[in-house]
Amino acid sequence: MDALYELITGSDLGFWWKQLLLAVLIGAVGVIVFSVALVYAALMTYLERRVSGRVQSRVGPNRVGPLGLLQWLADGAKMILKEDVIPAAADRPLFRLAPYPVVIGVFAAFASVPFGEWLIAADLNVGLLYLLAITSLVVVGILMAGWASNNKWSLFGGIRSAAQIVSYEVPTALAILVVVLMAGSLSTQDIIREQGGWPWDWYVFRQPFAFAAFFLYFTAALAEGNRTPFDLPEAESELVAGYNTEYSGMRFGGFYLGEFGNVYLMCAIATLVFFGGWQIPGVSPAEHHGSWLWQIVGFGLFFVKAWAASFVVVWLRWTLPRLRVDQLMSLCYRYLVPLSFVCLLGTAVLMMLVPAGSLFDSLLRFGTFGFGLLVAAIFFWRVLWHIRHVGDRIDLKILARGVRGRFDPAIQHRAYGAFRKQQKQPEESR
Amino acid sequence: MGALRDYFAAIGRTIVTLGDGLAVTFSYLLRKPCTIQYPDRTPEPVVSMLPERSRGFLEADVEVCTGCKLCESACPIDCIHVEIAKDESGQRMIQRFEIDLSKCMFCGLCVEACPAGGLRHSHEFEGGMGDVRHLYVSFLDEPVPPAKKGKTVEPKPLGSIIRARLARPFDPYRGDRPASGARAPLSRGGEP
Repeated sequence: MDALYELITGSDLGFWWKQLLLAVLIGAVGVIVFSVALVYAALMTYLERRVSGRVQSRVGPNRVGPLGLLQWLADGAKMILKEDVIPAAADRPLFRLAPYPVVIGVFAAFASVPFGEWLIAADLNVGLLYLLAITSLVVVGILMAGWASNNKWSLFGGIRSAAQIVSYEVPTALAILVVVLMAGSLSTQDIIREQGGWPWDWYVFRQPFAFAAFFLYFTAALAEGNRTPFDLPEAESELVAGYNTEYSGMRFGGFYLGEFGNVYLMCAIATLVFFGGWQIPGVSPAEHHGSWLWQIVGFGLFFVKAWAASFVVVWLRWTLPRLRVDQLMSLCYRYLVPLSFVCLLGTAVLMMLVPAGSLFDSLLRFGTFGFGLLVAAIFFWRVLWHIRHVGDRIDLKILARGVRGRFDPAIQHRAYGAFRKQQKQPEESR
Repeated sequence: MGALRDYFAAIGRTIVTLGDGLAVTFSYLLRKPCTIQYPDRTPEPVVSMLPERSRGFLEADVEVCTGCKLCESACPIDCIHVEIAKDESGQRMIQRFEIDLSKCMFCGLCVEACPAGGLRHSHEFEGGMGDVRHLYVSFLDEPVPPAKKGKTVEPKPLGSIIRARLARPFDPYRGDRPASGARAPLSRGGEP
């Protein structure tokens, strides 16, 4: 991108030719970024449905393509072909316009997400600020949709969303500020370069305050992206579907692309800010810069980290019930905001007192990393305990499509009494 | 001091309970789903695994039918149509025996009413059709005489009659009607 830019501006073409070529370049990059964002958002719907299936002891979509991997294409085709109904009482221009800010707000942010060291459309020097600012467009779209639907449930959704997203901007930004303080830069690429490949070089494990800041950021970003347990704007058990009650067809799809794109976006931000982005363990940024191999590996690492974080988001959704509006606000203003300030001040104090590279610095680093490992160990012990407690065992054929051999008569017993009778007969005679 | 302690206790409780809740849901990811994938991953067709007394589509054996029309009057939603009329030779004949399966609610009152045992519930339930009118099933191709007292009939396998009829859908609007000039089906004719 930069190389092409310099090639065009440095050439001896006329002024307008240069402008035209630059416009074409920007347009092409825009299309690429949009397509990538679209595919990521669509794949997120697949992840959501598969994980929700497994959490509920179901299988999930597995018919379209291998393992159901092409389900999102089928869904997209369905959305586009469906009728786009506009209610008679709706404010037509606003109603038609509303999905666009949502989609634009989320997808424009992908321009500044560093998928790899080379793979960034625009490495802005105010990258994080841009990411936080452009996603605020979403609230405009949601409020617009709620208002234009001319329906009290939709309006409730829109108003809730305005209160929620605007409130949660504060803890999100404060938690990220902890890392900005440590990195001394707002550029996404610079923040990644400041970290290292090994987990103890990541900003989460640098010191306890950054560790806490990650969880604060994650909670606040969940709320900003309208994800359960903070999905009050579209609370289906209270508000039908909130702001998108009246929407159908691809306009409805637009809201969902925005929401799922936002999930990936918040996970990408968490990855680049706290989890070392595309840094490869044992490879210095200088080595990384020139090699195609390391670029691909780095892209893969970023991909894996961001999707792992997305998995946590989906998994949280199927674990926690929705909060009430007053609980939501008290969580933000009584807990998240003060704690973010504590983290910010604590980081500043630590940075003043502990010089980088000193013994105490590495002690903090490995102490935090060890604490993280301990928490993970306790967690997995609890998982195993829960499996043993119900008398089940681990079955890791997670991806199996459910072939005939997987049929379990013990389960069938409960569903079909007659079948049990038929099954028992030959067993006894044998 | 109490308020401050409550504040941090709330945070601690949140973290512990949230972590344990996540452990419960994560444990499901490692366990086998209890889904039985219908229709093509069951060890045998679901129809054959249903309980003995399960009520599927109705099927009528017109060879057993005495033409008493008790089933027609027992049906609370009028989805059974039986018509008896004399033919040219003066013989009483069953002209129509039709059931609108799309209206049937599987209450079983007609089966209880039938004195001859010619009507029963099969276990069939897979009646997906391209057109809802194809669920309007006729049980005879040409008028048959009602069964006399003492007639014995070889019992047909459960579901065989209705399976054969659904495989060859009868569309009352396409013209393949039974011989007598009968009404259009009640479900769509605007009649009661």
